Amino acid sequence: MSKAVYSGKVSNAVVGQAIYFLVCLAAIALVVGISVGVGDMPIPLATTYLTISNKLGWTSVEINRIHEAVIWEYRLSRSLVAVFCGAGLALCGAIMQSMLRNPLAEPYVLGISAGASTGAVAVVILGIGAGAISLSAGAFIGAFGAFFLVALLSNGARGGADRTILAGVAASQLFNAATSYVVATSGNAQQARDVMFWLLGSFGSVRWPEFQLVSIVVSIGLVVCLFYSRVLDTFAFGDEAAASMGVNVGRMRIILFALTAIMTATIVSMVGTIGFVGLVIPHAARFVVGPLHARLLPACAVSGAIFMVLADIASRSLIPQQVLPIGVVTALVGVPFFSVILYRLQRAP
Amino acid sequence: MSFIADNVVWKIGSKTILDGISFAAEPGKMLGLLGPNGSGKTSLLRLLSGLKQPHSGTITLDNTNISKIRRRTIARRVAFIEQHATTNANLKVIDVVKLGRFPHRSMFSGWTTEDDATVTAALERTQMTAKRNDPWQILSGGEKQRAQLARALAQSPRELILDEPTNHLDVHHQISLLRLVSELPVTSIIALHDLNHAAMFCDRLLVLQSGKIVASGTPEDVLTSELLRDVFSVEAVVEPSPYHLRPHIHFAR
Repeated sequence: MSKAVYSGKVSNAVVGQAIYFLVCLAAIALVVGISVGVGDMPIPLATTYLTISNKLGWTSVEINRIHEAVIWEYRLSRSLVAVFCGAGLALCGAIMQSMLRNPLAEPYVLGISAGASTGAVAVVILGIGAGAISLSAGAFIGAFGAFFLVALLSNGARGGADRTILAGVAASQLFNAATSYVVATSGNAQQARDVMFWLLGSFGSVRWPEFQLVSIVVSIGLVVCLFYSRVLDTFAFGDEAAASMGVNVGRMRIILFALTAIMTATIVSMVGTIGFVGLVIPHAARFVVGPLHARLLPACAVSGAIFMVLADIASRSLIPQQVLPIGVVTALVGVPFFSVILYRLQRAP
Repeated sequence: MSFIADNVVWKIGSKTILDGISFAAEPGKMLGLLGPNGSGKTSLLRLLSGLKQPHSGTITLDNTNISKIRRRTIARRVAFIEQHATTNANLKVIDVVKLGRFPHRSMFSGWTTEDDATVTAALERTQMTAKRNDPWQILSGGEKQRAQLARALAQSPRELILDEPTNHLDVHHQISLLRLVSELPVTSIIALHDLNHAAMFCDRLLVLQSGKIVASGTPEDVLTSELLRDVFSVEAVVEPSPYHLRPHIHFAR
C-alpha cells in the first residue's frame, strides 16, 4: 500500500474535519438548549446548562426544583429524541435517493409509514394483542410487514430501482387503505382522532427510554452508512455501473434497505410519520456540500437534527397553549425553505 | 489469453439471446463486435464484464472461470463503459474519474499517491485535464464519453469493454474516441454500428446475428459484400481504401 499523499494537507484536512465536527456539535447543542427553554414555562439557557451539569455530576448548584424537573424529565429527552429522529430521517432519505436514483425518494418510499399506521390502528382501534402490545410495537411490526411485502414484490435484491419504487407505492396504497378502513369504521371517534394525531407526528410522549433506543439505532445507522459511503458514490451511474466497478449490488441493496427500514420503523413507531425531513434535507445538504457521500451523510445528519429541533420549537410556540403536530410544522416551515433552494438551483450555472 | 468464451448460452426467460458463443480475445488487440440491433452484442458484453452469468458454457479470463472470481477482483482488471451513462448527481469530472479507483481501495484506506497518479494519467490520456473541475451536467456528449473512458482507465484495466461508445457523438468525436481506444495498451472489446469505423480501427471483428457468431477474423476477411447482404440486408461494395489501406464499404443506393 502506498503512503497517503501530501501528508501536510492530510493533517490539515483532519484538523479541518475536527473543527467542522465540533462546530456541528455546538450548533446542535445550542438549538437543543434553546428548545429546552421554550414553552409555556420559559427557562433561561443558564438554568438548562446547570441542570444538565448537576445531573451529570459536574456541579451541584442549587436551582429551581420545578425548572430542573421540567428540563430533565420532559423537555431535554424530547429535544434529544428530535435530534436523532431528524438525523435518522435525513440520513435514510439520502440513502434512498442515492440507491433508487430518484430525487423524490424518501424514507417512506418502501411503504414503511403506511405499514406503521396500519400496525398502530390494529393495536389501538381493533385491539389486536389485547393490550400486551403497545402502539409503538404495533407500528414497528406493521412497518416491517410493509417492508417485507415491498421486498417480495420487487423480487428481493434483484429488482431494479423503478420496480422497487412501484412496489413501495403499491404497498403504501394497500396499507393506507387498510388504515383508512379501520379508522372509518371505528365506532370510537376519540380513538380515531388520537391515531390521526399520532400519524401526523408528535414528540409529546417521548422520554429517556425512547432516547436510548433511537440514539443507539441512528448512531449505528450513521456509522454503517459512512462505512459504505464510497459504495453509495458508485451508484451515481446506476446499478450496472456500480456492479462493473466491483460492488456486490444485491448485497448492498439488502444491507442498506434493511438499515433504513430499521431506522425509519424505529422513528415512526416512536413519533409517528414526520414527513418532508427525509425528502428535503438531503437535497439541501447536497446543494451545500455536493453529492459525495463521505461529506453528504454527516451533513444530512447534522442539518436534519437541527431542522427537526427547530420544527419542534415552532410546533410548541406558533400557537400559544397548543402544540401543533410536528409533521404539519415540518411541511409548513420546510416548503418555503425548499422553494428558495429550488429557485437558487435553477439560477445556478 | 485474455477472454475465452466457450459455447456460451444466455437466455431471458425462455428466449435464447446468445446461442453457443465461442471465441478468444487476443491480448492487447482491439476486438470489434458487429451485428444488427438485437443480435446480442450488449448481452455478450455484459456476460464478459461479469454483470450476468451465462446459462451454460464458460467464460474464462486468463484461464480462470469469471463466475469464480470476486466482483471486486474482476473490476480491478476489467472496465466496462455502458452505452449511455447518465446520472442526476451533480458530480464533477474529477469525482467521476475517482470512482474508477473504487475496486483498488479498501474501505478504510486513504487516497494514495498511486490513486492520484492513475487518475491524473487517465485525465491526461483522455484530454480531460482542463475539464477536471467541470460539473458532469454541463459536459457535451463527447466530453461525457471521454470522462467515462477516463473513469474506466482509472480502474487500471487490462481489459476494456465498450458498448457502442460512439453513439450520439459527432464524427470528429467518434473518430478521436476510437483512435484513443485503439492506441491504449489494453485488450479492448467494443460493440460498434459504424462498419467503416470498425474496419479502420479494429484488429479483429466478430459478427453476431440472432445470438450466434456468423463470422470472425480480420476486417479484410469478415467484411464482404456477401456478409453485408446476409447479415445487415444491405447491398455494398467493399474495397481497400487508398488512404488507410483498411477495407472501405461503399453502400449502394
